Amino acid sequence: MEKILEIKGLSKEFYLHEQQRKIKSCRDISFSLNKGGFIGIVGASGAGKSTVLRCIYRTYLATAGSVIYDSLSYGKLDLVKAEERQIIHLRKVEIGYVSQFLTILPRTTAKQHVINGALDAGFSYEESVKKAEEMLRYFRLSENLWDIYPNTFSGGEKLRLNLAHAMVKAPRLLLLDEPTASLDNDTKLLVKELLMKLKAEGTSMIGIFHDLEFMEGLCDHVYNISQGSFRPEQEVS
Amino acid sequence: MEKPVLRIDHLTVRYGKTCGYCRNGGKLNKNTCPHCKTVWACNDVNVSLYEGEILGIVGESGSGKSTLMKSLYFDFGITEGRGYLKDFHDGEEDIFSQSLQQKKYIKNHIMGMVYQNPVLGLRMDYSSAGNIAEKLIAAGNRNFRKMNERVTELLDAMEILQSRKKEPPKNFSGGMQQRVQISKALANNPKILLLDEVTTGLDLSVQARVLELIRKIHQEFHISIMLVSHDLAVIRMLADRTIVMLDGKIIEQGLTDQILDDPQQPYTQQLVHSLL
Repeated sequence: MEKILEIKGLSKEFYLHEQQRKIKSCRDISFSLNKGGFIGIVGASGAGKSTVLRCIYRTYLATAGSVIYDSLSYGKLDLVKAEERQIIHLRKVEIGYVSQFLTILPRTTAKQHVINGALDAGFSYEESVKKAEEMLRYFRLSENLWDIYPNTFSGGEKLRLNLAHAMVKAPRLLLLDEPTASLDNDTKLLVKELLMKLKAEGTSMIGIFHDLEFMEGLCDHVYNISQGSFRPEQEVS
Repeated sequence: MEKPVLRIDHLTVRYGKTCGYCRNGGKLNKNTCPHCKTVWACNDVNVSLYEGEILGIVGESGSGKSTLMKSLYFDFGITEGRGYLKDFHDGEEDIFSQSLQQKKYIKNHIMGMVYQNPVLGLRMDYSSAGNIAEKLIAAGNRNFRKMNERVTELLDAMEILQSRKKEPPKNFSGGMQQRVQISKALANNPKILLLDEVTTGLDLSVQARVLELIRKIHQEFHISIMLVSHDLAVIRMLADRTIVMLDGKIIEQGLTDQILDDPQQPYTQQLVHSLL
């Protein structure tokens, strides 16, 4: 199977200057993701799950290790050492990141938010509008919400908007950081259905979830992270 | 290798005669030499700005952010350093060593500047339309009808009523003055826009409107923007990359979310931890 992402010996520690101490977040993490595959990461709060995802997305600078991503734009690239301009480009067109939180410019409607995502990826305005509408329908965000500022949206609506914003760029790799954390069961089922659909269409994904049941039938592999490291014996398949 | 639209090498702006101690890299008291009292407002600053990018600049008051911006717009003379613009002699000639005429050309055709204080960017007694027309005339336009059309177009884009275009900016609110300033800066379709604390002092709804306009301008005109702000939320929302300045020097730079979520330097950590 062709690999889209290969992580070797990834470690991250934070140095807090004021307290003059180091906090070890994750240690020696290694795993790989096949093209079109889905890896789930579970673990207790503070175990280092989000750190792994943020090191891949380069929100955090990894202390050691490599994250080799097989990109369309640059070929195989170590995301830990890649230039900032390359990371910005990859974020715009190849790698998406979705969390349960919605970060949006003030006075931006739900539809405009998704249009902005498409414009960032380089589509024309007309194309962006078309793609945004398709995505909002795909993620079943009711049409009467499109022209509303999303501050008042429910958790499920915000998440679906986040997914639409990330997916309008048609990323090859999607990183999901606890997207279902605050959702009720019905909305979780809807999100699962939508993620299954994305997977069937070939998007490679890594997701952090708390709910093992949710991951059934969705993830190819589930890794359990404990005190910052993967334990092979805790791998759940 | 992608060529930046703007590259600044070793920019230094200092006030004072300097002495052997500070010239040879001796430790300064903040940005001031303890011996000769020379102030190093910008100290060996290197910056690259790429096409279509928004570059955020953060740092405490007196860290050299505005000095950097004003030096780029030739408001301050620099002490040392070189600058190159992709759209000026294909980035081969230093902009700081050009004649006054060439510098005016750059200001009128390639760069636009919006100051924190609108008094610096606008003539408060001229009409708003006149302020924008002044910039158009400086770039060589003489056709009244065309200039009038451009003024109308710009004021519309900035959501300023046409009925108020003959009023001087002194009659306007702070937010409106900033929007007239942005219109003036955009008059000649610059490739680079320098925004110095444009939302500081504005109330939240006006701030939101100005931010929305910046985003719109960036998308529609695909221009590169250097954005100085104290507001880290504004930087997070708009900037692709961010540089952090302290005592006239760049102490850290990186992707905006990396700078804000995983700051490496003591000052940057302090700054981020001070967020409300």
